[in-house]
Amino acid sequence: MVVKNLQKVFFPGTENEKHILKNVSLKVYDGDFISVIGNNGAGKSTLLNTIAGTLSADAGEINLEHHNVVKKPVSYRARWMSRVFQDPKMGTAGDLSVAENLVLAQSHTQTISLRRYKKVDQWNRYRKLLKTLNMGLEDRLETQVKYLSGGQRQALSLLMATLSKPKLLLLDEHTAALDPKTSSDVMNITQEIVTREGLTTMMITHKMSDALKYGNRLIMVQDGQIKLDVKGEEKHNLHAEDLVKLFQE
Amino acid sequence: MLISSLGQGLLWAPLVIGVFITFRILDIPDLTTEGSFPFGAAVTISLMLHGQSTFIATIAGFLAGCLAGIVTGVLDTKLKIPSLLAGILTMTGLYSVNMHIMGKSNIPLLDQKVLTSYLPESLAPDIQTIIVGLIIVSIVVALLYSLFKTRLGLSLMATGNNKEMSSANGIKTDGMIIFGYMISNGLIALSGSLIAQSNGYADIGMGIGTIVIGLASVLVGEIFLRGRKIMVRLLAMVFGAIIYRLLLTVAMGLGFPPDDLKILSAIILVIVICVPIIQNRIQTKRQLKQYLAQISEGENYEQRDEIRDIGSQKLTKGILSGNRE
Repeated sequence: MVVKNLQKVFFPGTENEKHILKNVSLKVYDGDFISVIGNNGAGKSTLLNTIAGTLSADAGEINLEHHNVVKKPVSYRARWMSRVFQDPKMGTAGDLSVAENLVLAQSHTQTISLRRYKKVDQWNRYRKLLKTLNMGLEDRLETQVKYLSGGQRQALSLLMATLSKPKLLLLDEHTAALDPKTSSDVMNITQEIVTREGLTTMMITHKMSDALKYGNRLIMVQDGQIKLDVKGEEKHNLHAEDLVKLFQE
Repeated sequence: MLISSLGQGLLWAPLVIGVFITFRILDIPDLTTEGSFPFGAAVTISLMLHGQSTFIATIAGFLAGCLAGIVTGVLDTKLKIPSLLAGILTMTGLYSVNMHIMGKSNIPLLDQKVLTSYLPESLAPDIQTIIVGLIIVSIVVALLYSLFKTRLGLSLMATGNNKEMSSANGIKTDGMIIFGYMISNGLIALSGSLIAQSNGYADIGMGIGTIVIGLASVLVGEIFLRGRKIMVRLLAMVFGAIIYRLLLTVAMGLGFPPDDLKILSAIILVIVICVPIIQNRIQTKRQLKQYLAQISEGENYEQRDEIRDIGSQKLTKGILSGNRE
């Protein structure tokens, strides 16, 4: 994915005008696992939302698989990218069952289908996949998602987001609402799935340790611009203290 | 009395199912109802007066309602008008449309054949109504049941439940919402068409209060028949429609004049909204009391045990863990 000269201005022309994304360009290579950090209001969430399509960019290009999707709606981009939200309630439909949620995530095709969605072999496949999460979800296919815990819902969101092997996986502080134990469980599942499927991933996080521990690349967004972009060996040698210093500059 | 409520209830059932689709599946209170109900009636009756067959006129009534639903859907999703207002706008506009279609505020059928006229004349009119109602409701329930078993139906439910998640999974949520409005108002207009045929006329004022009737029936149905399965939920709507008619018939039997039926409908709606809430509160209180009583009972056991120094901790634990189950 290539992001070119992305601009986003909130409330233009008023005294509250905020230039959040200032000419941001970014090249994401296949197989990258990028941790994105930055202060509150630095623009990292705006960057992610603009890529996902929930916010429209004011100028610039987002090229995905040789398509410029900058003007396309979220549902159109869904064929290439999927997303796990910060709030566990956002990524799943609470009134629907675990299996029904997985069916929705399965094929991101836009055609209207009048086929019956319940199939026994599919259900068995879901059971196997849920077992890999180690959250006890494999026996709860017919349970409404609203009765699951936050950790279970987030693990399910993660499975749903990766079910159709997206070209780009967006993780929006997806462990921020969880307790430390569950949070690290979900991070482990994330790492496992991303490695197994070789997914290109962008993960926003406020946890410096996670940003350093996971992924091959680290981006720091500050004041609407990418201030730091390190990868591989260089990222490996980076320490929390260095980041804190950068934050304070 | 029971027989006539049953027949009338079945004719109202498509309206209740329509309200159910917007109110429960899409989570939208849709006021288009008040306009699409007489719209269906107006289209059907005037087509019949122009010599069209009952079947075509009834189907045209349904399609007219679909059109009204699409208009509200577009106002809501594409023009971002809040759904309540979108419904009110369509409803208001439809008043003029209905007047144009009918030419005056009330058009009676002359000697045209209605759906019940196709049944043997030996049957009593109430039985004829029930048969026609049953056939139509069965078709509607069967079609909707199979719809909700498809991916399209699942997408519709997901859109109503979590729009963000649905669009993130590639569902065109605007289209789904318009589709939901469409079927819903189509069914409501179908009810209007059936009621007009049963009454023998279409009237400009026949839509007044239909949203209250619809919502009350949805809630009554859910009080009597609970469940998550879509078939149960659809049947609950049919029951709701019938029970609601029965309530109104009882009220009329008690001597309420027809003019008071609207305020009765409103009062019934208030009651059926409040009853489940109060029921829940009482039940929670009772269960909490029970739970706390059992805990303190367990403590008493503990104290007694300590005094007697028997050390039967197992018993105490047994009672406590029993409570938690």
